[in-house]
Amino acid sequence: MPDFVGMLAYASVFLTMTLINGIACLGLNLQWGQTGLFNVGVAGFMAIGAYTSALLTSAAVDGRFGGYGLPIVVGLLGAMIAAGLICALIGVITLRLRADYLAIATFGMAVGVQLTLRNEQFLTGGTFGISFIPRPFAILADRPLLFGFANLALVGALVVALVVILERLVRSPWGRVLRAVREDERAARALGKNATRYRLQAFALGGAIMGLAGGLEAHLIGFIAPDAFDSSLTFLIWTMLIVGGSGNNLGALLGAVLVSVIWSASGLATGVLFAPEDQARAAALRNVAIGVLLAATIVLRPRGLIGERLRVSRHAGEDTA
Amino acid sequence: MTLQFLADGLIAGSAIALGAAGVTLTYSIMRFANFAQGEFISWGCYLTLLIAGPIGAGFASSVDAIGPLSVGWNVVLAGVLAMALTGVLAIALDAILFRPLRERGATITAVMASFGASMALRALLEVLFSSHPFYLSRELQMAIPVAPGIRVTPDQMVLVGFAAGLIACLHLLLTRTGIGRALRAVGENPALARVAGIDVGRVILLTWFLVGALACASGVMMGMVMQIRPTMGSDILLPLFAAAILGGVGSVPGALVGGLIVGLAEATTVELLGSQWRAAVAFVVLISVLLIRPTGLLGRAP
Repeated sequence: MPDFVGMLAYASVFLTMTLINGIACLGLNLQWGQTGLFNVGVAGFMAIGAYTSALLTSAAVDGRFGGYGLPIVVGLLGAMIAAGLICALIGVITLRLRADYLAIATFGMAVGVQLTLRNEQFLTGGTFGISFIPRPFAILADRPLLFGFANLALVGALVVALVVILERLVRSPWGRVLRAVREDERAARALGKNATRYRLQAFALGGAIMGLAGGLEAHLIGFIAPDAFDSSLTFLIWTMLIVGGSGNNLGALLGAVLVSVIWSASGLATGVLFAPEDQARAAALRNVAIGVLLAATIVLRPRGLIGERLRVSRHAGEDTA
Repeated sequence: MTLQFLADGLIAGSAIALGAAGVTLTYSIMRFANFAQGEFISWGCYLTLLIAGPIGAGFASSVDAIGPLSVGWNVVLAGVLAMALTGVLAIALDAILFRPLRERGATITAVMASFGASMALRALLEVLFSSHPFYLSRELQMAIPVAPGIRVTPDQMVLVGFAAGLIACLHLLLTRTGIGRALRAVGENPALARVAGIDVGRVILLTWFLVGALACASGVMMGMVMQIRPTMGSDILLPLFAAAILGGVGSVPGALVGGLIVGLAEATTVELLGSQWRAAVAFVVLISVLLIRPTGLLGRAP
């Protein structure tokens, strides 16, 4: 008889991790989808969130910074603040310059974060990462199914709350200015909007959401290491957003689910189809496929599966798309 | 402390300069930061490796080292062929990916497309060649002292000369020939260039070819002095961007200056702080330039 309990527990963990990536995807949607800001350092901001929360909440360890044993909520708030601040700093330096410079600077930031994670043992635990990060509902840990569902419910509730907030923001005057800046900065400035300030706000807020995603990942897995935050994570989150539909929060979530399913299914498939000595190359094959998927979507279906809804206010005219 | 790191920095800087010249060309003609530039470098290097083998097998005498160098004519010939092939690879990527986006006017989307392409191209190298390192040359060379505390191998001398020569040729091509004028005209104003009778499509083809060929040359330089791995290009991407922006986007001499400064800064950091911080240097250079002088050393205000 198949192990239904095990499968359900696996499904709940899979869905939880998918939703966490979905949260990062929502942050990216605010930056890119709404405001047109190109962030190639998603994994870096998630890592900042994950490590901040881990250092704030875990128990003290000899020879390592942090370990304050604070509540998880405090850790997650710290994660959002830290990632948001670093994001704002990068934004202050580059947002007044050409659009591509932001991309290059965020890319560099992610490289810098990755180096710090690997080398600064006293701060980040080096390549071994940080373990024994407190987990929510730890009291249920010996009952995998209940534990899995409780965590899923927690992350699910956060996602719903985030979508509601972001949807309100999109429809608010603030959200309209973001899109105005994205579409025609000169026109927005002519109307007296400080384009750089709006961009900075959206960029920092998006970074904070990525930090939240990273923090959640740390707490739900209970262990983090530099490898989890390399450039392929950034790449995966981007593919989720573009495939799902940039500019649409539900599209971002749909993309997260779809790409996660494709990613995991292809992982299972290559695990079965290829000999153990070819596994590394088979894993690379999955990256090729995701890269092609991203590029093909950009060229063939730039709106993604469900693209941006062009009419967001009942006062505005009919949908022109 | 010896001054050896200066020589090391000069050699790394020359390779960076060649790649950065490609970044700067892409930026001034196609107007986007190409994240797949690093992969052109790795592909160029692997193509050289792939072509050198059969040439060496077909003409056994071509494997013999040239004079004091560690490689034979087969590698030189393979490098030249690979430069052409990498140029074609860049043109092909443009045809399937960047041209449709350009026609749609989606410039910043091209950056993202190049990001996707870089991942796919890098992973494809890993599928084809695995992450196992390869070498263009395994021979150990006697280093010749050229100054107190500085020794360089004949290979390294030739490579630096080769890089300087290529950059000089590129600069002359851009400033002294009709093709170069057409290229710069498209960089200034594509619409106006078209009105003036310049075939913008051909200029873009030529630019991609040059970008690919330069990247391959940079890859061969790197392959001569270190291990060849699928990640060699993506590892050097940040130094390329830093060098291009430091030199001033659009300026080929700027790319040379920027590349040498980044290379020397990296070597100095390795000497003083240790090799694990090499990759952080480019980031620090990048942020400093963006803060202090975003137009770069030799660039003009946008």
